[in-house]
Amino acid sequence: MTIASSTTAQAIGPRTPLLRVHGLKCSYGQAQVLHGIDIEVFPGEIVSMIGANGAGKSTALMCVSRINRSSGTIEFDGASIAALPPEQVVRRGLVQVPEGRRIFPRLTVRENLEMGAFIRSDKDGIESDLERTFNLFPILKDRALQQGGTLSGGEQQMLAIGRALMSRPKMLMMDEPSMGIAPILVAKIFDTVKNVLCAQGMTILLVEQNANAALRMSDRAYVLETGNIVLTGTGQDLLRDPRVRAAYLG
Amino acid sequence: MQRTVAAAEFLAASALSQADAVGAFARDGLLSSQEVFTQQLVTGLSNGMIIALIAIGYTMVYGIIELINFAHGDLCMLGAYFALTVVGALGVDHWVGAGGLMGLVMVLVGTAAFCGSLNWSINRLAYRPLRKASKLSLLVSAIGASFILVNLGLFWGGLPMDVFANGTSSAAPKAFPALVSAAPAAQIGDVIYSRTDLLVLCVTLPLMVALTYLVRFTKLGKAMRAVAQNPTGASLMGIDVERVIGATFFIGGSLGGFATVVYSLYNQTVSFQMGYRMGMDAFIAAVLGGIGNLPGAVLGGILIGVIRSMSDGYLEARWTNTVVFGILILILVFRPSGLLGAKLREKV
Repeated sequence: MTIASSTTAQAIGPRTPLLRVHGLKCSYGQAQVLHGIDIEVFPGEIVSMIGANGAGKSTALMCVSRINRSSGTIEFDGASIAALPPEQVVRRGLVQVPEGRRIFPRLTVRENLEMGAFIRSDKDGIESDLERTFNLFPILKDRALQQGGTLSGGEQQMLAIGRALMSRPKMLMMDEPSMGIAPILVAKIFDTVKNVLCAQGMTILLVEQNANAALRMSDRAYVLETGNIVLTGTGQDLLRDPRVRAAYLG
Repeated sequence: MQRTVAAAEFLAASALSQADAVGAFARDGLLSSQEVFTQQLVTGLSNGMIIALIAIGYTMVYGIIELINFAHGDLCMLGAYFALTVVGALGVDHWVGAGGLMGLVMVLVGTAAFCGSLNWSINRLAYRPLRKASKLSLLVSAIGASFILVNLGLFWGGLPMDVFANGTSSAAPKAFPALVSAAPAAQIGDVIYSRTDLLVLCVTLPLMVALTYLVRFTKLGKAMRAVAQNPTGASLMGIDVERVIGATFFIGGSLGGFATVVYSLYNQTVSFQMGYRMGMDAFIAAVLGGIGNLPGAVLGGILIGVIRSMSDGYLEARWTNTVVFGILILILVFRPSGLLGAKLREKV
């Protein structure tokens, strides 16, 4: 088995990152926001990126999704995606749940989820994935015919996550899923991410200001400060690190 | 210059339409007031459906990229010239029977394809490069596109073809052959429903139903709404935003193409300046209904058509533009979001 598969492109060894970002730089006009950051996420890992407001976390995700222009290496699943348009990145299996959720307010919940499956054309598969999403977040089933804009913040976040999963991604990037949401729903969402998605082997890159919660559920983490990665380690190590405790855990 | 003025005068004169003649009869007491009202209503509804179809093109484009596409009316004008050229090339002057119906369908579909492709190309060349520029730059580009189309129409009208009077006066209005006779199809009381009234209904209504289906239920339609509501969100879902915008321009343009053929058959005159009038009516209709709102565009179009017709009949045709533009000013002052438009955009 191993001999046969070593000749194929997929089998480049067990420690090949699914996402590899190297020397990523990004500027808004004159202001440079990212000064060349390196991030690696391995298959099945949950990796978080923490840092203060304005450190460049969301910018980094938008660069990887190819919404923002950037320079540097971005490789996903063994191939460069640095020159692809955003919709092609999704087709490769890398999907983002963006900051502020960006759901479609005047589409119904169901239509929002269908748009998540835009790149697919297998009707039966989409239908069964809709059911899976409704099982994951039952409240979405109750609200299936309601307009997305009428949902509460927490429900919208569930919709955004469900919508992203509808494309059957290989990897999910989540930007501030806890922002502006009631604490009880934050717990519910993090619980779903950890106990359902990770248990299913989903690879996740999580951006959070809520460093405590993020580090607790992460295998590894990066600390971003004014466009540079200043610290990296396992979630547990960073939770104990005095610099992290002083700056982000209070 | 002289010619242009003459053409404008001719146009103004031809605006004293059939409807105004009915109004004149009414004032002279030759028709009962009930019949006048119904006749004006029929004329108004027919024109209103045409205006509505053009207004949909404005409102779709506004909905998706927030641009008042001022070239849209002139696109319809070029569509009319295209249709006239095809009719001239086919050498028909009257359509009867199954062959006639085939010819009509061919001209309708051909003009729709022409206008759709032209609108797609205008977006590609004049609007897409300005996607990240200010909305004002986009608007100025649309006005520029409008000028180019008007001048193309002026040039086109000078081509040496029979239907263009062999190019003797490129600016002069051209007669559009009465391919579908305006003969009465039905008469109830003294109110006449002409075959062209019927034609308008048979073309516009199915198109509106089809468009509603497309926007509400198809994947492309949902993607169009998604792009309109959150383009970045749509992009992050794997939707090729530029392709969806291009499709929107194509669909809006082709509806304008259908509308312009019906308009030409109904009014039997085309001119390189007709785009201004068609565009303005449709733009006002779109604003009246609530720009960006599809049912609003249809409602606004029908209202503007009926209001025009009533003004023609009961005031005098020369007051009609004043009435219509007066309505535009009133909406913009008192209800800028239009009759069906959302009061405020939802914050996401």
